[in-house]
Amino acid sequence: MSTMTQSAATALDLLTSADAALWTIVARSLAVSATACALACGAGLVLGAWLGVARFAGRGAVLAVLNTLLAVPSVVVGLAVYLLLSRSGPLGSWGWLFSFKAMVLAQTILVLPVVTALTRQLVEDADRAHGEQLQSLGAGPLLRSLLLAWDERYALLTVLIAAFGRAISEVGAVMIVGGNIDGFTRVMTTAIALETSKGDLPLALALGFVLLAVVLALNVCIALLRRWRERVDGAAAGPAIGVAA
Amino acid sequence: MSARRVDEALPATRTGEACAQAPLFELQRVDVRYGRVRALCAVDLRVVPGERLALVGANGSGKSTLLRVLNGLAVHTAGQLVRDAASRQAMLFQRPFMLRASALNNVALGLWLGGVPWQAARLQALGALRRVGLLDAAAQNARTLSGGQQQRLALARAWARRPDVLLLDEPTASLDPHAKREVETLMADFAAGHGAGGPAHPVTMVFSSHNLGQVKRLASRVVYLEHGRVMADLPVHDFFHGPLPEAARLFVKGEMV
Repeated sequence: MSTMTQSAATALDLLTSADAALWTIVARSLAVSATACALACGAGLVLGAWLGVARFAGRGAVLAVLNTLLAVPSVVVGLAVYLLLSRSGPLGSWGWLFSFKAMVLAQTILVLPVVTALTRQLVEDADRAHGEQLQSLGAGPLLRSLLLAWDERYALLTVLIAAFGRAISEVGAVMIVGGNIDGFTRVMTTAIALETSKGDLPLALALGFVLLAVVLALNVCIALLRRWRERVDGAAAGPAIGVAA
Repeated sequence: MSARRVDEALPATRTGEACAQAPLFELQRVDVRYGRVRALCAVDLRVVPGERLALVGANGSGKSTLLRVLNGLAVHTAGQLVRDAASRQAMLFQRPFMLRASALNNVALGLWLGGVPWQAARLQALGALRRVGLLDAAAQNARTLSGGQQQRLALARAWARRPDVLLLDEPTASLDPHAKREVETLMADFAAGHGAGGPAHPVTMVFSSHNLGQVKRLASRVVYLEHGRVMADLPVHDFFHGPLPEAARLFVKGEMV
């Protein structure tokens, strides 16, 4: 049997035997990314909705920065958070470095621009199409942004799922600020990187399978949401957004 | 009726003359520019209560812009606009926007945005839905209604706010003949002040239309616009039977491309 098939077989054993180490890592990954997404969405949805409707001097520059942040590599975010949280950094006194909180902070910063930018685009398009009608009913910019965001709630759910996909599949930021400490800050992506470098392919493969399954599940959720929206509204659903591992 | 000064004051003599029939809107040499495009040029217009004013003209002639100016959605770049501050307005668009919510909540939202508490707004909305024949669809997602039903729903949303002035931007342009007739009937009823749950007095109506038959049926006065200018402003009978500027005459004959 080749190394690959042998590793795959062992990986499947690990998955089916409810291996505690493996499932602890999976649970920690889900917890970190879900918390980060919840925080990023809390701020990003409101900020994005407001940016979609508000008109102010310098808005173009703000949007340019926001769109740039979409493409920031996760290691750069990790490095920035590391500098902030390191003992000599401005937030060093918090003592968060190499902790769950540090990983959540890094992923929140990573995902926030994604949520904000996609929400902004959705709300701005909706405002361009319908904002005037809400305005004629007496809705000011803030109320308009909230109403339009609420009206685009199914499309925004897709944004949230995409953001979660971005968070759970990143490796650079959590590696730098979490330190990949066994039983403490080890998550799926960092564990895959470590186990592969150590040559422990079965565990890496098993985690890879789980990660792929999570991303697949997210994409299935998105597809089901789109189909449901089309059925409920009797109209074409919003922009196609997917999740990549 | 109190006249709010939107920009500069009108000459006193002019407002004094108009006391018997104080205008809801008075525009004097109003211009609207979108960048380098002049959408309205030196428009003079006076709308008094009870009128049913039709705006006609080719696409791009400035009908929608004029309605948006009257509704406060577009800002004039020159000239004077006086709007009666005490009058309530509601505007209807060619393709009404309905939130992903029930028909009832869409009508109630319009009232709530106008300052009516939510529970009271829902009660009033029921009356408005009954008035437009959509009570059975109250709980239905407004987005799943047909185009004609959505336009009636938009009329209910506008009418529930008890407007003094109803501004309608080609309200039947995208509807089939049956739906068109239903909406027209409601427009005529609202203009005449029929029905309960809405304004007890006749609603002043300003609407744009490409449908000259509809203009004949609904309007008391017609304003013909061309390239943002008012080329004719006549009672409906005179517009269709009297002498007209050449462009307006061709428009009425349907010969204008």
